[in-house]
Amino acid sequence: MARYHVSATVNGDDVEFLCEPEQTLLDVLRDELHLTGTKEGCASGDCGACSVMIDGRLVCSCLVMGAEVGDREIETIEGMADGEQLHPLQQKFLDYAALQCGYCTPGILIAAKALLERNPDPTETEARFWLAGNLCRCTGYDKIMRAVMDTAAEMRGE
Amino acid sequence: MASDRVNWNGSDVITMRYEAPETMEAAVELLSSDEGARVLAGGTDLLVQLRAEMIEPSLVVDVKRIAAMREITKENDGIRVGAAVAGAELGEHEEFKATWPGVLEAFELIGSTQIQGRATMGGNLCNASPAADSVPAMIAAGATATILGPGGQRDVPVEDIAIGPGQTSLDKGELVTSFFFPKPAARTGDAYLRFIPRTEMDIAVVGAGICLTLDDSDICKAARVSLGAVAARALVVDEAADALIGTPVDEAALAKLAEAASAAAKPIDDKRGTKEFRIQVMGVMARRTAEIALARAKAN
Repeated sequence: MARYHVSATVNGDDVEFLCEPEQTLLDVLRDELHLTGTKEGCASGDCGACSVMIDGRLVCSCLVMGAEVGDREIETIEGMADGEQLHPLQQKFLDYAALQCGYCTPGILIAAKALLERNPDPTETEARFWLAGNLCRCTGYDKIMRAVMDTAAEMRGE
Repeated sequence: MASDRVNWNGSDVITMRYEAPETMEAAVELLSSDEGARVLAGGTDLLVQLRAEMIEPSLVVDVKRIAAMREITKENDGIRVGAAVAGAELGEHEEFKATWPGVLEAFELIGSTQIQGRATMGGNLCNASPAADSVPAMIAAGATATILGPGGQRDVPVEDIAIGPGQTSLDKGELVTSFFFPKPAARTGDAYLRFIPRTEMDIAVVGAGICLTLDDSDICKAARVSLGAVAARALVVDEAADALIGTPVDEAALAKLAEAASAAAKPIDDKRGTKEFRIQVMGVMARRTAEIALARAKAN
């Protein structure tokens, strides 16, 4: 059985792993690299719980083969806080209680961070469309949106 | 060859090989070498099908390491878009956005932001879903697909690639490498609209791609109309285009367009919509799409 030797960067660290061709990047992150912050929801690209960044693009890690990511730069939820210092989005999600069960939260934080890096001043409509691929089955969307919009304002210094 | 390992759901795992060639020629050689080979571009359909065990390829050929398939290049008489360019990448190309807003809006309707980070037009075409959003828009734009295979290279109109659900006209070992969008005549506008029962994140119940060109006195002198999700493949409907040509795209012409679009629709009944509903809405969407294309043509 062929196993693929892959070297990539995860949250700025060089990593190497062996993976089967059937393993997705999500499987690799969780089972090989033990970065279990990235969650598996639907495993078919519908729910966004497994969102990560690859070379600066927001993607579902369940729709990426582990073998594909050689030399790619991957960012996961584990890289979001700076040591003990939470990212402003993480802090606002706590302040607003923008989570219930929390399963969708890592994916939403990654997706929201990607939005604010690209567009520091989104309208609520833009933010809702951007996050339309992140499902929260506790239906906490209103608090999530308030947390994202308030973080954006704070990061703009308003 | 079945292995002794078992999959997450207890089924046998078929040995699957992964290759990421760096040239189109190497990709074609790999695809030709293995009956069970599948192309991996954005993976947004392939990985779902793998997971659902709808397919069990023995070889997956990842084409994203082929630089030419990820480039958008300006040529003298048009723009060439690599078949493995992701939606998010095409959306950042200002010239393409300005030239083919209808194609771009169709492509960008596919899935979420996450899906847009990976999904490709080559994949959308070759997955051959009758409801593929980018396909009617590409057909309306008059795009051609460049195909490389063991027998060499050929250019084929986009409408000739998908032949039925999940089926293409590609021969063994052939790979769609890029799409060519000819430089539009002055005063040309294109548009794509689909009907879905919600705002976003859904599959077209019907879709319409229309591209039209006006003369100096605002009379439509050329038009292409393509309809999606109302037949086994995206349709090119000359009768619908003829309803616009020679007219100022006024109410009478739009009514004839709607009638021709509904007449051409041969949809199925399914959970997304009944046959009768699809036929009726096809006409409505064609008319609305033409109105957007008209406004864009006047602005160009």
